[in-house]
Amino acid sequence: MTENILEVKNIKKYFPIRKGLLLREVGQVKAVDDVSFTVRKGETLGLVGESGCGKSTLGRTLIRLYEPTSGGIQFKGSDFLKVRGEKLRKMRREMQMIFQDPYASLDPRMTVGQILAQPFEIHGMLPGQQRIDRIKQLLETVGLKASHINRYPHEFSGGQRQRISIARAVALNPELVIADEPVSALDVSIQAQVLNLMKDLQEKLNLTYVFISHDLSVIEHLCDRIAVMYLGKIVEIAPRDELFKNPQHPYTQALIAAIPRVGTGKKKMKKSLGGEVPSPINPPSGCPFHTRCPHKMDICVQKLPALLNYNKNEDQHRTACWLYENVAK
Amino acid sequence: MKDKVVSVRGLETTFFSKSGPFRAVNKISYDINRGETLGIVGESGCGKSVTSFSLMRLIERPGQITGGEVILQGRDLMKLSEEEMESVRGGEMAMIFQEPMTALNPVLTIGRQIEEQILRHKKNLSAAEVQERAVEMLNLVGIPSPSERVKNYPHQLSGGMRQRAMIAMALSCDPKFLIADEPTTALDVTIQAQILELIQNLQERFNMTVQFITHDLGVISEISDRVMVMYGGHTCEIAETQELFSHPMHPYTAALISSRPKFGQRVNRLQTIEGSVPAPHEYPPGCPFTNRCPRATAQCRAHKPPLTELTPGHFVSCFHPVG
Repeated sequence: MTENILEVKNIKKYFPIRKGLLLREVGQVKAVDDVSFTVRKGETLGLVGESGCGKSTLGRTLIRLYEPTSGGIQFKGSDFLKVRGEKLRKMRREMQMIFQDPYASLDPRMTVGQILAQPFEIHGMLPGQQRIDRIKQLLETVGLKASHINRYPHEFSGGQRQRISIARAVALNPELVIADEPVSALDVSIQAQVLNLMKDLQEKLNLTYVFISHDLSVIEHLCDRIAVMYLGKIVEIAPRDELFKNPQHPYTQALIAAIPRVGTGKKKMKKSLGGEVPSPINPPSGCPFHTRCPHKMDICVQKLPALLNYNKNEDQHRTACWLYENVAK
Repeated sequence: MKDKVVSVRGLETTFFSKSGPFRAVNKISYDINRGETLGIVGESGCGKSVTSFSLMRLIERPGQITGGEVILQGRDLMKLSEEEMESVRGGEMAMIFQEPMTALNPVLTIGRQIEEQILRHKKNLSAAEVQERAVEMLNLVGIPSPSERVKNYPHQLSGGMRQRAMIAMALSCDPKFLIADEPTTALDVTIQAQILELIQNLQERFNMTVQFITHDLGVISEISDRVMVMYGGHTCEIAETQELFSHPMHPYTAALISSRPKFGQRVNRLQTIEGSVPAPHEYPPGCPFTNRCPRATAQCRAHKPPLTELTPGHFVSCFHPVG
């Protein structure tokens, strides 16, 4: 049995909305609302959903860039939310993050050498020449040249900058890397280079990825298991092949239908889904998807469906939808 | 005989920067037939947007259109006076942009913005008729309760609704030719599907000719009749959509297609194109793709390959085509 590296239980992240002179709290944005899942060692878990579904907030909450409002996170068996100070720093060494925008996530006033020295400085590792050697080695690992060490971020293209971000993320040999839309800002030909690099590093360094993206084609290419999010909740989670062969949630089905297929030739467009994502400040009652769902029933408006297994052949496949409730009984 | 609505001949747009002139669009030629959608695809900096702005004659300094003809329904737009061009823009020919938030004026209601456009081109309408037409346009693009929505400001609409409002504005004077520059890039996939469906329906209804620009290979293959691939200001290849994706002949097109993860066709590793798009002044004198091309020879470096019809309707500019 594979061990779980991360166990997330009922995580919620609400952001307060403050208004008026006294900045009184007038409401909450329920960015992540009661989400539970596990990440197994060595796998790539994909988080997919449209803008505002909470996938990035969830990613940041996982490494406590945001403190969760409630819920629990176990990292390698110990309670990650309880640790403070030095212990927290030590645990964070084993989890790193790659961000979407390689123009915003690198300090423009630092050389690449200084940027990559930071993880070692913060954690007080590798003095002097050893550190410089390691940085040069890191640059080569991600496909750059050791001689780039004294250059500044603006001297690099977007793809090269993303390689620097990746080098920084793997500098301390982490076990878990959270990648938040790491290729969305890149051109197609450069995306392929970065995706290949991430795959190679995963094998070489035995990494576990949580890969956040809105692009289902990229998710399908890279991930072993996929969680689909809508309005702060996971609506379906399943192993890759199972999810694409047998999508159960009407939202997952619509999302898959909406992917423009490369090389199909011109066809009559058919929208898969009407309407728009409701506001997370005032989410709909019951199932958050009922306002757009083609299979809406009375119960969907009243009660929130639980994330349950409805497929006898695949116990890893869980869906939050009332449509399958009778099947389960 | 096919009815050519747009005919671009040797279009050349140059940017005169401090480090010397740079040809963002380098003598490209193509035609679009009535009712057809031509997709233009390429990566950032390939000149696809500059091509569109050149067609509209919206190039600002330090850029300048330095040669070529753009013939729209028999008239060469490059020879028109600025005044005549103004009546063409938004009249016979309209454009929708990627970012509706920057393309719309934030301090005017969307109704007012549509009315302004109608007033400019249809001077014989009364004020009431203009207002009525603005509401009708919003209704046409599927904005619910349009008579209320005309009073909204752009920030009061969602991204998808703003894009619909911009389409309403573009179509308010019955253009024959529509340029869509990455109209769905900023949108989510389910909203993208809605907007693509809308553009297609309106195109059929009004028999419009469309030039559709995007970097998304999936979108381009579902919406275009024919596709033109651009790289470094040049045309690499033009062919019917299905033909282009099943038999790409330019090494760049072939590499671009295989570098994109394709839904439902899994590969372990993606094919990549080595290096990255050169900076404006780093292009070789010959074929712009030489530095990244596995098939490049000395001939490619020195000479520009001409755009040649290799099989009927399939044009390629390459000395060593694939397949």
